[in-house]
Amino acid sequence: MAISKDEVLHVARLARLELTDDEVDRFTEQLSAILEAVAKVSELDLSDVEPTAHPLDLVNVWADDEPRPSLPLHDALANAPEKDAVFFKVPPA
Amino acid sequence: MGLLEARDVSAAELHAAYLQAIRERDGELNAYLRTVDEPDGAGVPIAFKDVISSRGVETTAGSKILAGYVPVFDSTVAARCREAGLPLIGKTNMDEFAMGSSTENSAYGPTHNPWDPERVPGGSSGGSAAAVAAGLAPWAFGSDTGGSVKQPASLCGIVGLRPTYGTVSRYGIVAFASSLDQVGPMTKTVRDNALLYRIVAGRDPCDATTVELPQPVEIPEAEDLKGVRVGVPRELNEADGIEPGVKAAVERTIELCRAFGAEVGETTLPRSVEYGLPCYYLVAPAEASSNLARYDGARYGLRVDGANVREMYEKTRDAGFGDEPKRRIMLGAYALSAGYYEAYYGQAQKVRTVIAQEHAAAFE
Repeated sequence: MAISKDEVLHVARLARLELTDDEVDRFTEQLSAILEAVAKVSELDLSDVEPTAHPLDLVNVWADDEPRPSLPLHDALANAPEKDAVFFKVPPA
Repeated sequence: MGLLEARDVSAAELHAAYLQAIRERDGELNAYLRTVDEPDGAGVPIAFKDVISSRGVETTAGSKILAGYVPVFDSTVAARCREAGLPLIGKTNMDEFAMGSSTENSAYGPTHNPWDPERVPGGSSGGSAAAVAAGLAPWAFGSDTGGSVKQPASLCGIVGLRPTYGTVSRYGIVAFASSLDQVGPMTKTVRDNALLYRIVAGRDPCDATTVELPQPVEIPEAEDLKGVRVGVPRELNEADGIEPGVKAAVERTIELCRAFGAEVGETTLPRSVEYGLPCYYLVAPAEASSNLARYDGARYGLRVDGANVREMYEKTRDAGFGDEPKRRIMLGAYALSAGYYEAYYGQAQKVRTVIAQEHAAAFE
């Protein structure tokens, strides 16, 4: 297996996903298969190649430092599952 | 459009006619997730893949985690269509978060191919493709990250353009992979496609990854392909596992290009064809794991309560995401994690450079 059950649990924690036991088993198998397939990229010797993070040669796209219309508070809270005055309400930490 | 301009039919009548067609046929196809009753514009109605934010109209990206989410702003694509007078007819079905090639990964049921409802329309823009092909929308927008406009357009027999990255704003587009996502027109004709592209293309101050087009979009009037050079990558037609009917269709299309006056020759993209898919399946999920981190139940969309904030995040995400987003999020997080970054994501970024160089050479 390219990825172990423990690694899947670890990654699920990182990604804030609570998986059922059945999901962990299923995903361990599926992710292993996918990882084996994508590991193909390591066949190439690319030590001399620069990585591409972005398709275009854009650097430092500036905006003028001018105030512009922004999202009103009422709109920002419009889809809140739970709110309290000007706050999004969530369970305690 | 001629009918509208000649005032032979009003925008309201046209809108109503499409709504009627949708009522009659969409039960079978499930191309639409929701429709808009009142036309908001005097032009030709348009459908948007549900990945495109439309102010005041629910936008779900095909996922339960955004059920009930109503954007308070228009995406730039939606705003530019609105300025051009195009009323929104409805939001179309898609693979959840644009992850898939068949629209079977939608949390709202699959869409069926209008040519044969036992078949898929392709994906992830399957709803838009099916709607246009079935006459349930005159034209539509989809989005393409790894083929999600081109492939469903092909499977439904319509025209789909995946614009050059940077020419169409991603502001207000539910993000999957930010260095790959592009919104593209899906239409019955090439001319319609160019018209839609012209409406939305061009630099947007709200999206710093956009660029101005080098020249305005030309609306094609030619009825042949004279002056067009077409390269057919040898490796794509030599691959194993191509269905005979598909191979024949491709060969017929190549002959058609020649018959229309195009200069058709062979080109070669060996490493792109061999390493493109694994490269994509590292880059896209990695970017997705970052983009989908925002769905946590705090500010919008589904919330599943927990004893504490962390539990709320975990339960919300487990309940709200389907299998495919979960797989890709985990794959992406793994490929980016300490100890694995260089071998997986770092290497994939270099393969991306090789692919870009190979294509640049082919276009010379």
